[in-house]
Amino acid sequence: MAITQEDRDQLRRHGILLTSVEELYNWGRSHSVWPLQFGLACCAIEMIATSMARFDIARFGSEVFRPSPRQADLLIVSGTVTKKMAPQVVRLWDQMPEPKYCIAMGACAISGGPFKQGYNVLKGIDRYLPVDVYIPGCPPRPEALLHGLIQLQEKIRGQPLTGPDAPRHLRADLECNFPVPAFGAHDLEPSKTDSVWQPPALERPKKA
Amino acid sequence: METPEQIRDRLRARFPAAEVTLVPNPSPAAQHSLLVGAAHLADVAAFLRDDEALRLDYCSNVTGVDWPEKEVVETVRTSVPDPAGGPAKVAEQKIKRVQPGCLEVVYHLYSMARGHGPVIIRARTGDRSDRAVLPSLTPVWRSCEFQEREIFDLFGVRFEGHPDLRRILMWDEFEDHPMRKDYVEPDDYEWEPTPHDAVLAKAARHRTAAAAPGPAAASPGGQP
Repeated sequence: MAITQEDRDQLRRHGILLTSVEELYNWGRSHSVWPLQFGLACCAIEMIATSMARFDIARFGSEVFRPSPRQADLLIVSGTVTKKMAPQVVRLWDQMPEPKYCIAMGACAISGGPFKQGYNVLKGIDRYLPVDVYIPGCPPRPEALLHGLIQLQEKIRGQPLTGPDAPRHLRADLECNFPVPAFGAHDLEPSKTDSVWQPPALERPKKA
Repeated sequence: METPEQIRDRLRARFPAAEVTLVPNPSPAAQHSLLVGAAHLADVAAFLRDDEALRLDYCSNVTGVDWPEKEVVETVRTSVPDPAGGPAKVAEQKIKRVQPGCLEVVYHLYSMARGHGPVIIRARTGDRSDRAVLPSLTPVWRSCEFQEREIFDLFGVRFEGHPDLRRILMWDEFEDHPMRKDYVEPDDYEWEPTPHDAVLAKAARHRTAAAAPGPAAASPGGQP
């Protein structure tokens, strides 16, 4: 039996709560996203400000910053990921239990930011990790982080529990292996996980 | 505080064998420095720290400079007498000379006890590869420890007598010295939304390497 969202809203207006396991399950987990207590650079200061009274991330159920990756649902990559730090970030991600989500906070975590052309900064954490929400800014304001969290909550609420659009942890056919890069003689090896990220096939049109 | 010239003269009197030269700084800051021979660097440093008038007890900053090998063209003028008895002609001859490269380490010294500074001393290695060795000044000033490790990491100067000479910023497996002028970055070009200037050149290098995969493409990185 297919009940659309409009039908449910209609019923709710008449005081009848008709829900599904899927909706209840996603509603529950979308309002208890516990981030990992983990900061990398100046974006982490904004993340701390977001958790404090003025911006109060507790309004969205995410105030429980867990000091252990075993208890965390959300990795906020808040700041510059140097190549020396990248394996540790990937290892923390691997230690988090599914279901887990990743927010790339700020220009550095998205693309390397102002350090992109340098020799020692990763050109975006999405080379190794599947990023769910990208928050631009340098650093993003606490409001931007809250907006990113709300976007993530909407994404979680929209995830069906079965079928091809189900999240990673409910599917047997998906690869959940995120290998930790090794320190090489000149660069990280490999410099990206091919199954996670590929450079876009964009080339600027040549001038005639 | 004594001027750098006075310090130089006192150092020469105290250590007659040491090479101490004044490197003038022509900028308005006029922070002249003293270039000290590597053989007597440790003695000179201990003297500067313990001398009653100077008491340079604090090394605030250690930094490195890379001087790559460069070709210098010198013009030599010789006067050639005119056989006809006229005025002598001046013949110019250009001589190319290769100035050997070296690595330089610069120490900025202050005195907490006397409240003066900085006194800047420099030292140069023999070359940029095998003889890139200098005595460590960590036994003299404890604050040099991490900064000498950083210079070892980024420039490749080996400090003899350093208590714990390891890389500090890059990982231990890293082989290059990124602050050297001839450092070659790994071929890590991916894509750029708006390539320009240096990035465009990087992209061109990446495409040629990708088009002809061979030993040249497989060995990025700087000099050993």
